[in-house]
Amino acid sequence: MSFKKDEESGGMSFYHDKSTVIQEARVFNESPISPRRCRALLTRIVYLLYVGETFSTQEATTLFFGVTKLFQHKDSALRQMVYLVIKELSKIADDVIMVTSSIMKDMQPNLEVVYRPNAIRALARIIDAQSVQSVERFFKSALVDRSPSISSASLVSSYHLFPLSPSIIKRWSNEAQEAVNAKAVSSYSGGASAYLSGGGQGGYQAAASSSYIMQYHALGLLYLIREKDRMAITKMVQQLGSGGKGSSIIRNPMAMCMLIRFARKVMDEDPNVRKQMHEYLEALLRHKSEMVNIEAARAICEMRDVQPADLFRTIAVLQLFLNSPKTVIKFAAVKTLNKLAMTLPQSVATVNVEMENLITDSNRSIATYAITTLLKTGNEASVDRLMKQISSFMADITDEFKIIVVDAIRSLCLKFPAKQAVMLSFLSGVLRDEGGYDFKHAVVEAIFDMIKFIKDCKETALAHLCEFIEDCEFTKLSVRILHLLGIEGPKTRNPTKFIRYIYNRVVLENAVVRAAAVSSLAKFGVCVEDSAVMKSVNVLLRRCLDDVDDEVRDRAAMYIKVLEEKSLADIFVRDEAQFSLATLENELVSYVKDESKHSSAFDVSSIPKVSREQAQAEVAQSRPSALDIAGPSNHAAAEPSPLPSTSAEGSSYAAQLAGVPELESYGPVLKSSTKPVELTESETEYVVSAVKHIFKDHIVFQFNVSNTIPDTVLEQVAVVMQPSPDSGLTEDFIVPIESLSPANGSGVVYVSFTRDDPASYAAGTFACTLKFVSKEVDPTSGEPEEEGYDDEYQVEELDLGAGDYITPTYVTFASEWDKLADAASLTETFALSSSESLKDACKSLIEVLNMLPLGGTETPTSNSVHTLNLSGLVISAGGDKASKILARCRMTYSPGAGVTLELGVRAEKDEAARLVMAAI
Amino acid sequence: MGLSLSRIYSSLSSLAFWGKDKEVRILMVGLDSAGKTTILYRLQIGEVVSTIPTIGFNVETVSYKNINFQVWDLGGQSSIRPYWRCYYANTQAIIYVIDSSDVSRLPTSRSELLTMLAEDELKSVPVLVFANKQDVEGALSPGEISDKLGLAGQEKGREWSVRGSCAIKGDGLEEGLDW
Repeated sequence: MSFKKDEESGGMSFYHDKSTVIQEARVFNESPISPRRCRALLTRIVYLLYVGETFSTQEATTLFFGVTKLFQHKDSALRQMVYLVIKELSKIADDVIMVTSSIMKDMQPNLEVVYRPNAIRALARIIDAQSVQSVERFFKSALVDRSPSISSASLVSSYHLFPLSPSIIKRWSNEAQEAVNAKAVSSYSGGASAYLSGGGQGGYQAAASSSYIMQYHALGLLYLIREKDRMAITKMVQQLGSGGKGSSIIRNPMAMCMLIRFARKVMDEDPNVRKQMHEYLEALLRHKSEMVNIEAARAICEMRDVQPADLFRTIAVLQLFLNSPKTVIKFAAVKTLNKLAMTLPQSVATVNVEMENLITDSNRSIATYAITTLLKTGNEASVDRLMKQISSFMADITDEFKIIVVDAIRSLCLKFPAKQAVMLSFLSGVLRDEGGYDFKHAVVEAIFDMIKFIKDCKETALAHLCEFIEDCEFTKLSVRILHLLGIEGPKTRNPTKFIRYIYNRVVLENAVVRAAAVSSLAKFGVCVEDSAVMKSVNVLLRRCLDDVDDEVRDRAAMYIKVLEEKSLADIFVRDEAQFSLATLENELVSYVKDESKHSSAFDVSSIPKVSREQAQAEVAQSRPSALDIAGPSNHAAAEPSPLPSTSAEGSSYAAQLAGVPELESYGPVLKSSTKPVELTESETEYVVSAVKHIFKDHIVFQFNVSNTIPDTVLEQVAVVMQPSPDSGLTEDFIVPIESLSPANGSGVVYVSFTRDDPASYAAGTFACTLKFVSKEVDPTSGEPEEEGYDDEYQVEELDLGAGDYITPTYVTFASEWDKLADAASLTETFALSSSESLKDACKSLIEVLNMLPLGGTETPTSNSVHTLNLSGLVISAGGDKASKILARCRMTYSPGAGVTLELGVRAEKDEAARLVMAAI
Repeated sequence: MGLSLSRIYSSLSSLAFWGKDKEVRILMVGLDSAGKTTILYRLQIGEVVSTIPTIGFNVETVSYKNINFQVWDLGGQSSIRPYWRCYYANTQAIIYVIDSSDVSRLPTSRSELLTMLAEDELKSVPVLVFANKQDVEGALSPGEISDKLGLAGQEKGREWSVRGSCAIKGDGLEEGLDW
């Protein structure tokens, strides 16, 4: 009867809600068990779990214990279902460990049961770290089992277990390796001998029946195990990839794709194998699986600094795919080309004809990609037509694609400024459409870029933005737009019309936007040369003094004061400099953490300043796609100085140093060198780079050492430094690395020196030697052997010079130079014979002194005469406030005599000036 | 052992009567390393298998004298004991296994047994106690175990028996089931 009822209700029974299912779970307790009814119920549980129904821990545990009772029945279909449910429930139920024994029984290698793979998969879910060891034997045999389903189940399970106990799983790598190879061998009916003699055809029939999916799984596991070991990965890719034509070991297309990804990674990390990998990838373009072709094509397209010449074959393959009847293939191809078009539009232009056909494709995603690709590759004439096409279906596509379209248009209008009117009206049109934050953000960014780079559209674009903030639900965007209005608005012909929009915000918006609006208003007051405007802004600001929010009132009060006093305005509103944010943040954090500093006020003058331009460059760096396009129109953004990007890195050292107990008594770091100095080639066995940290009375050298030799462990790694005799430094101690293996990446050695006379700037050259005890690792156990031998490794010399005491900082050169006229000042003339041009000389001066070039003087405009202006902060010798230093380098160049330099240095402190002088 | 033979016999025959149409569900519990799993497989396949501590449970069907016993062998580690209760429902008999040579833990064993018997679901379910590992030197005899457990006098309305056994040699197991 009960069966009949089940059949009648049919599919409907799947829609039972959770409580019914839990009620019915009593059926598990019945004796004897009805496998059929239990299975139906289990199916419903799984269904509920898959549709996202949530079970409480209590409910899940009750269900779980009910399910465990079904182990008494031998029905294999029921058992499979039981395992499935256990696997799903294990995430929410408590005490799932209860079924371990039962599962282990089903996992016995000699048992030929259909549910063994299911048992393996379930086991991986319920086991905890301690028990992994006890099942190791089962897993090892299951990994190399002849049946693909068992071996792939155990491979996948190992993959999931890896985070739980990496050390144990690592020991399984031989088995995993075998799983990759063994299948290939057994698939050839002739066995190993046939394989070795290259007679691949014999076994092909047998191969066709198997999907080789476990190769994919095994490869994944192998990669996970060796992830940290670059050499091993390289070797793996070479080994598996170089199987020769057509008879590669890997037969599964998915495994192939995986291998391609590894190859790409290897290529990125190690330029030496690049050529070989590239050839390999090219060969794969002719592989019989389309998936592999696409993956290989993508890998080639995404190679770092790929050359158009490398791409001919790839693009030809993708071109073929564009005409494929399969939507997926078309999509993958068009997406790859789209991405490529961002960097190398001229290469992609060859497929324009095929792209044109795809514009009308019924699949919107493909059409979108096709259009945006064409926008990038196409010429000015086709723009109008394409824009019309896009507008027609903009409403039908998702936000994600809208963003792609907007990005494409952004780069397009920077490319064809003449078309800006069409683009702008399109952008403002879509700005009015419905859309999420990301989409609106992309549109606003695009308009920002247009304002920045295309002068003609500024007024219209600002007007569009004003309109947008009238009805903008995103506070962040409103604030950004208000800020931009404050900067750009006063420069327009008719600034007053913006003031109305801005003041509307003060009346209507939330506190954050109001505060931004106040700042923006004040900028109009200061920057517009019209006393009437200033007066009305003053009135508006006074009204803001009654605001309910503190921040808004504070800002209003401050700006009223600023408006009244002209000198303040220069400092607060017009100042072009800003603090290096990463350093500022770092200093503030250490200030807040350190109780002892709270007695004195935070010293803001020690923070290096950077110009607005640099800050923008830093932002632009994080948006490479925009940068490529912005390049031609803005040189400042295209050539960012290396300083800002590394300043964040420098700040992170302080945190690292704070963790070394030996250095605790040294006080705060006065200065860390920004970039690590490479002391070895990057491909050597041991890679060493050094960072210098200056403390009040000490200098600490930080050596980042990494070991790239597989199967060896370095212990007691130290760096012995031999200073030049007159360096003025005495060695204190070395903090060695206990143990360094290729797997744990790199370690840090600290060598500390005392500055004999803290008032002077110690300088010198250090001969460095890496000393360590080398031990071989037993490949089977993974443990290093008892006996090791002492070894040394000579690395390059390390210099300590003036640049290490100086931090680049931004100032307005002319005024500061005059201000320091009566301070310490030195002038000397040098002949820089090693420099071959003024450009060379500038570069090396900046590098040696580690000071910031000002006003674009780092690039000489003339071939014969140039003046380079530099500024920096010198760590004061006594350990108190850092002092300013400026240098004016007047240079002349003649082909015979080389560069002659007249170096003028002005500094707040005498010894600082001498330091710079001595550095040349 | 204050039970008359006739009552024991009647209990067995009643079990035998159920055995015809359905299986008899027996719970086998006890402290860890008492020998439950060994007993189970000794009964089922007649061999001594090497076991590892049971995490969770084993369930096997044992045929003995035409009766199908479905024996649930629950792990005895202290971490698993709380879950015994999840399997009390529908149990028709309990086999409680004691390591006779482990005198020090006998009180623990006793309290676990009494806690279990106090459960509602196990009211008037017959209990068979195997005083296992009789072959080990220094093991207490079934009589001594029985005294220490002190079942006599406390348990009314329940059939119970304490038998000596040795899972490795197989002695006493069948006698126990005969009961």
